[in-house]
Amino acid sequence: MNKNIDTKKIIISNPLKLDCGKEINNFPIAYETYGKLNSEKSNAILVFHALTGDQYVSGKNPITNKDGWWSYVVGENKPIDTNKFFVICANVIGGCMGSYGPSTINESTGKQIGTDFPIITINDMVNAQHELIKYLEIEKLFAVVGGSMGGMQVLQFVANFPDKAKLAIPIACTSSHSAQNIAFNELGRQAIMADSKWENGFYSNYKLNPDKGLAVARMAAHITYLSEKGLQEKFGRKLQDRDSLRYGFEADFQIESYLRYQGSVFVDRFDANSYLYITRAMDYFDLSKQYKGNLSGAFKETKTKFFVISFTSDWLYPTSENREIVIALNSIGADVGFVEIESDKGHDSFLLDVPSFLKTLGDYINSTYKVINERRI
Amino acid sequence: MKEEFNIISNLIEENTRVLDVGCGNGDLMKFLQENKTKDIRGLEISKEKVQNCLSKGLTVIEGNAESDLKQFPKSSFDYVILSQTLQAFLNPELVINELLKVGKKVIVTIPNFGYWRVRLQLLFKGTMPVTENLPHEWYNTPNLHMCTIKDFYNFCSSKNIKIFKSIALKKSRISEINKSNLNYKNLDSHLGIFLIES
Repeated sequence: MNKNIDTKKIIISNPLKLDCGKEINNFPIAYETYGKLNSEKSNAILVFHALTGDQYVSGKNPITNKDGWWSYVVGENKPIDTNKFFVICANVIGGCMGSYGPSTINESTGKQIGTDFPIITINDMVNAQHELIKYLEIEKLFAVVGGSMGGMQVLQFVANFPDKAKLAIPIACTSSHSAQNIAFNELGRQAIMADSKWENGFYSNYKLNPDKGLAVARMAAHITYLSEKGLQEKFGRKLQDRDSLRYGFEADFQIESYLRYQGSVFVDRFDANSYLYITRAMDYFDLSKQYKGNLSGAFKETKTKFFVISFTSDWLYPTSENREIVIALNSIGADVGFVEIESDKGHDSFLLDVPSFLKTLGDYINSTYKVINERRI
Repeated sequence: MKEEFNIISNLIEENTRVLDVGCGNGDLMKFLQENKTKDIRGLEISKEKVQNCLSKGLTVIEGNAESDLKQFPKSSFDYVILSQTLQAFLNPELVINELLKVGKKVIVTIPNFGYWRVRLQLLFKGTMPVTENLPHEWYNTPNLHMCTIKDFYNFCSSKNIKIFKSIALKKSRISEINKSNLNYKNLDSHLGIFLIES
């Protein structure tokens, strides 16, 4: 995974009280930045990554050697143009790309923390990243942006720090994880924990890795990121490198081969325990519950401008759940725009080349930046 | 278009909170933003038009006025505008009621079906009117409930809706509508603009 790569990192010395009751301190946050912070420090955008994302938003990811996970959105001359904006992205705590997580080495034992790592929440992730913003001495971010779990962090960030961002763009997300969301996450966790190499989370002590379980978790999750139509159009019943069925359990169908491949490449870059912890954090996310059942309460203090985006074929975080965020914001008269983008690419749409999404997002960010700068807020 | 925007703009006090229902590509929103108030939102049903608005940095929500106005609290806007859209709703009465809830004041503009050019087409040609202002054919028109200036005027009085101001527009000529000239204005204007309150 991340062991030999030189990631940008800071150590947070302030103690951070977690929702589970434990306190952590002197813990690392790994992050990456793109573009330059201007002299007024008014062009900073904090991007939050999703479940299996990392700090490598754009350019080449040094660990996978592939393009950064949001290369369609962030980069030079991209919708979030790094010629203009200073983009920051941190690996969430609980993650496995250098931030404090279950694969962090416990210095006193020399071993990975494993499942001794405390349960973390979206709230904890956001509070940790706020420490990074303080470290970077940015008084006010121009924007906080993220899709899926990144969008949940956007919502939590504005709720926790109502005057820290001028603009918030939660994409394809929810204010509260649904039973269906929890069910899929539980399926993934059970797959990992059922792998005999999981060893109650201490696999690294035995030089083992629950690859099979993690791969199954990824395969199941991957299906939820696509749409039925997208799957049918891309794969249908097409066979994989063969002309007829083999009457066995090999990957006869292209979709099987595709999922197996997705599973196998995932285990090379992701830690199984991180998968458990981060999915748990998502399941625990219920912003309205934090505000006594009234989601609007989360945004009462803020003057932040919101732009909520959903996708037609996203059944994991459907438009109806994104709309609930819009309704909560409208009910307190917050400044909120909303559009549902037409796309067959399912939940993954926010990561992919969906031209109307990229254009609307880019134009909106740029014109809002212009308006806000003109008004000198 | 420009005259209508000017009239609407003149009905609105500066630095107030405005919602444009059926804001289309945001032309009126932009106009008001430059001339009257920065605090303006839009609601629009067409995805493509919502995207156009958002691209211009306008705060617009994709939604249907018939179902989505409910989410706004009572009197949360100083003015709610419905520009030439009332006739396109399945249930215009319901929409008017929703508008009057959400807005302290409501501005409704209606393409006047009582305009003499419209009347003549039906009378002499015997076909559904197609004019500059009502460019669609009967089979593709989005307009489900056409009405006249007089219809709307009567509707307001029968529903106890206060009309603060009613203005008739013919080409670029602007005039006030009142009880005594109603029949004439109904014949001679292509657009009616009403400032109402519940």
